Amino acid sequence: MTNETLAQYANLAVYSAMAVFTLAMIAFALDLAGAAPRLSADTPATRKQQVPVGVERPVGASARTSASSSADTEGSTVGAGVPGGDADLPRSRKAAGIAMMLTRLGGLLLVAAAAMRGLSVHRPPLGNMFEFALVGCMFVIVVFVTISARRDLRWLGLFVTGPVLLTLGLAITVFYTDASELLPSLKSVWLVIHVTVATFSVALFTIAFSVTILHLVKTWLEAQEASDPSEMSRVRTIVNTALPPARSLDRTAYGIHAVAFPLWTFTLIAGAIWAEQAWGHYWNWDPKEVWTFVIWVVYAAYLHARATTGWSPRAANYLALAGYGAILVNYMVVNVFFVGQHSYSGM
Amino acid sequence: MDTRPDETEVSLPSLGTVGLLRWAWRQLTSMRTALFLLLLLAIGAVPGSIWPQRNIDAGRVADYLAVHRSTGPWLDRLGFFDVYSSPWFAAIYLLLFVSLVGCVVPRSKIHWRAMRAQPPAVPGNLARLPEHGQIEVAGTPEEALQIAREVLRRRRLPGGRYRLRSEGLSLSAETGYLRETGNLVFHASLILVIVAIAVGHLFGWRGDRILVAGKSFSNTVSAYDTFDPGPWVDTQGLSPFSVAVDRLDVSFEEHSSGAQRGAPRDFTAYTRTRTSPQAPQIRQTLKVNGPLMFGGTSVFLLGNGYAPVITVRDNAGRVLMHEATPFLPQDANYKSVGAVKVSAASPKQLGFFGFFLPSEYLDATAGPSSFFPDLKNPALALGVYEGELYPQGRPQSVYTLSTEKMTQLKNATGGPLRLLLKPGQTIALPGGRGSVTFDAVQRWAGLSIRYDPGKLFALIGALAALSGLIASLMIRRRRVFVRVEPSGARTVVSVGALAKGEDPGLAEAIEDLLSTIAQRSSTKGSGTKI
Repeated sequence: MTNETLAQYANLAVYSAMAVFTLAMIAFALDLAGAAPRLSADTPATRKQQVPVGVERPVGASARTSASSSADTEGSTVGAGVPGGDADLPRSRKAAGIAMMLTRLGGLLLVAAAAMRGLSVHRPPLGNMFEFALVGCMFVIVVFVTISARRDLRWLGLFVTGPVLLTLGLAITVFYTDASELLPSLKSVWLVIHVTVATFSVALFTIAFSVTILHLVKTWLEAQEASDPSEMSRVRTIVNTALPPARSLDRTAYGIHAVAFPLWTFTLIAGAIWAEQAWGHYWNWDPKEVWTFVIWVVYAAYLHARATTGWSPRAANYLALAGYGAILVNYMVVNVFFVGQHSYSGM
Repeated sequence: MDTRPDETEVSLPSLGTVGLLRWAWRQLTSMRTALFLLLLLAIGAVPGSIWPQRNIDAGRVADYLAVHRSTGPWLDRLGFFDVYSSPWFAAIYLLLFVSLVGCVVPRSKIHWRAMRAQPPAVPGNLARLPEHGQIEVAGTPEEALQIAREVLRRRRLPGGRYRLRSEGLSLSAETGYLRETGNLVFHASLILVIVAIAVGHLFGWRGDRILVAGKSFSNTVSAYDTFDPGPWVDTQGLSPFSVAVDRLDVSFEEHSSGAQRGAPRDFTAYTRTRTSPQAPQIRQTLKVNGPLMFGGTSVFLLGNGYAPVITVRDNAGRVLMHEATPFLPQDANYKSVGAVKVSAASPKQLGFFGFFLPSEYLDATAGPSSFFPDLKNPALALGVYEGELYPQGRPQSVYTLSTEKMTQLKNATGGPLRLLLKPGQTIALPGGRGSVTFDAVQRWAGLSIRYDPGKLFALIGALAALSGLIASLMIRRRRVFVRVEPSGARTVVSVGALAKGEDPGLAEAIEDLLSTIAQRSSTKGSGTKI
C-alpha cells in the first residue's frame, strides 16, 4: 500500500529544495564574482609566502611548503598584519556565507524528501530513476556540507548546487515515477546495500567531476597568467582569483576519486552477489552490468595512469571525465533505451 | 603496472629470436600497454550492451537479423551478437591476463626483497627532497638523534610503524610497505577472479524446467526442458536431489491505477525437497531472491505462468488426453500461448493451438486479450487442427503446433473453427471428433537450476581485491631522513622526506616531526643544564 499524501509532501519538499538551491546558486555566483584580483600581490607579506618549493628556508622556519599552505588557506594569508588600504583586507564573503546556509537548508529538505518518499512506500527510496536522482543529490549535498565543515569549499558551491539543481529538475519532470511497491526481484536487503553504495559513489564521482573540470579550467588560466597576464579578460581574472591553485584542485579531485573507486568496486561486487541470488548468475553481461564494468575499467585506468610515469595528470584527468561520461550513460541511456534485466526505470 | 623505466631503448638491431621475445614480453607487461588494454576492454564491452546478445536473448538477435538484412550478417560475422565469447574480446582479456601475471610476479619478487631490506642510507643533500626542513635545538647531536629516533618509533600510521636504520649521525625511516602489498594483492586477486570465472564456465551447468504445481522433478539431465553444461561437466554425476512444487502463490498490484497496475508483487512456491531418493522430505518455500540450495547447486524461481487442465475425449467418451499444459506468457497481462497435442486421437491426430487468457476480454483489433495478469476471467481461445502431429518424427517445441501436415477445422460458415472455453465448460468438436473440456487452471513455476563451482572463489577473489585496493589507495609509502650536526653548543637537525605516489599529508608530517623534536629538546635541555 502506498501513502499518496506523504508522497505528495515528498514532492513538495523537492520543489522547496530546488527553490533554495536556486537562491544558493545565485549567492555562490555573486561571491565568486566578488573575487576581484587583489592589488596587494606585491606586498611583503605575500612575497614571503611565495618561497618556491624546495628552496631551503631559514633555520627555525616552518617546514611547511609554500604550495600547500597557500593552497589550503587561499585568501586568508594576504594582508595579515600589514596595515594599508581596503585591498589588503580579506574580501568580505557574506554572499558565500548565505549560500552555505541555504545549501545546508536545501540538504535538509532533500533528506526530508527522501525520508517521506521512503515512508510513503514502506521501503528504501531506491526503486526507480526518480528516487536514485533524489537520493544521489541528497548524498552530493551531504558530502559537500560535511567536507565544508573542515575545509573551505566555498569556491566549489556553485559547481555543486548547479548540477544538483539540474538533476532535481530532470528527476521531478522527466524521470518522475509514482510512488509504488517494488517488483519481487528487487525485494532484498541487497537493494539497500548495493544501490545505496552505488548512489553514494556516484555522488562522489559527481563532485570529483566538478573539481576535475575546474582543474582543467584553472590549469588553462594559470598558463595564460604566466605567459601574458595583461591580456586576460576581467572574467578570466576573476575566475582565476576565485579558484584554488591547479595543483590543489588536482589533489582534491584525485582524493575524492580514490575514495569513490573502492566504493564503486564494492557496488560491483554487491551487485554480483545479489544477481546470483535473484537471477542465478553473478555475471551475465546485462547492459547495466556491462556499463558498471566499463565505468570501473575507465576509472581503474585513471588511477593507473596517475601511477604511470609518462602520463601527465592532465591526460589522466581526461580519463576521469570519460569515466563520468560512462556514469551518465549508465544512468540515463541504459535504464531507458537498452533492454535488460535492470529495466526498472518505471518510465 | 611495471614501474621500470621506458623500455623502448631496448629495440636495438639484431636482437635475435630470444631478444625479440624478451622485447615483446617487456612491451606486453609494461604499464602503458596494460593501460591501453584496459581502455580497449572498456570499449570492447560496449557493443554487447547496444546489440542484443545470443547468450541473453537469442530471439531478439533473430528479430534483429530479420529486420537488418544488409548490416546484420556483417555484424554477426564480427561477433557483435556474441561479444563476450568472441575471439577479439577474448584476445583483449587474455592479453590483459598475461600482462597482469607478467607484472605481479616480478613485482612480488622485488617487494619481497624490499620488505626484508633496511631503509636506504640518508642522501647527501636533504634539501633536494620534496619535503624538508631544519631546526636548531639545545643538546648534543647524539641526544637530538635519540629524540628523533624515539619520535619516529612511536608514530603510528595507517601502514604501520616506521622501520628505522641508524648510521653515524643520521637516521633513515621507512613506512607503508603494505601499500605495495595491497597493490599486489589487488592484482593477484583479479587473476583469481578470472580463473574462478573460467572454472565456472568449464565445470558449471544450468538447466531450466517448467514445473506445474503438484508435480515434481529430480535432478537428471532428462528432467530438464533445456540443459546447458560446460565442456568438462560429468552429466551422469549430478547431485541426486528432487523438488516437488505443491502450490505457487502469486500476487499482482491491484490498487495502483497507473503504469504500475498489474506489476508483479510477490511469487512464493511451496515445495517438498529431498537431497537424495533415500533422504527425508523437507518442506521449504522458494521465492524470488530466495533460492533452494543443494550443496553447490541452487534452484531459482525465475518465472511463472498458467497451465490449463484440458481433457479431450473421443466420440464414445473415452479420455484420450487429460493433462495440465503449460502456456507461455506473451505480455505483462499474461496473454499466454500454447499447444495441446492429442496423438491418441484417431483416425487423424488432433492438435489445439491458441491462447490462455487469465482475464479475458474481446479487443476490437487484437481479438481475445487479457486485461490483468491474475485470474479474474480465465478463458481458453483455441483453434483446432487435424492430421499428422510429428511429421517424420522431427523434434519440435511443445508450445507450438507444426501445421505443415495438418489442416484446420472449419465452422458451419466455412471460417476457421475457434473455441472459447471457460473453466468447467465442454465443447463438442464437429463431425463426431469427440469433445474438449477445460477443467481447471493450474500455475506453473519456471525453475532455473545452476551449478557454478567457481563462484565462491570469484567472491573471495573480489573481496580480496577490494581490500588490497583500499590498502593501496589509503596507505602512504614514506621515507623520512634525519641528519644531525653540531653547531657550537647546540645541534642542527635536518629532516627530509619523500613519498611514493600522492601524499598530501607528507608536509604536515615533517612539520609535526620537527616541532616535536624542538619541544622535547627544549624541555630536556633545560632539565640537564640548569
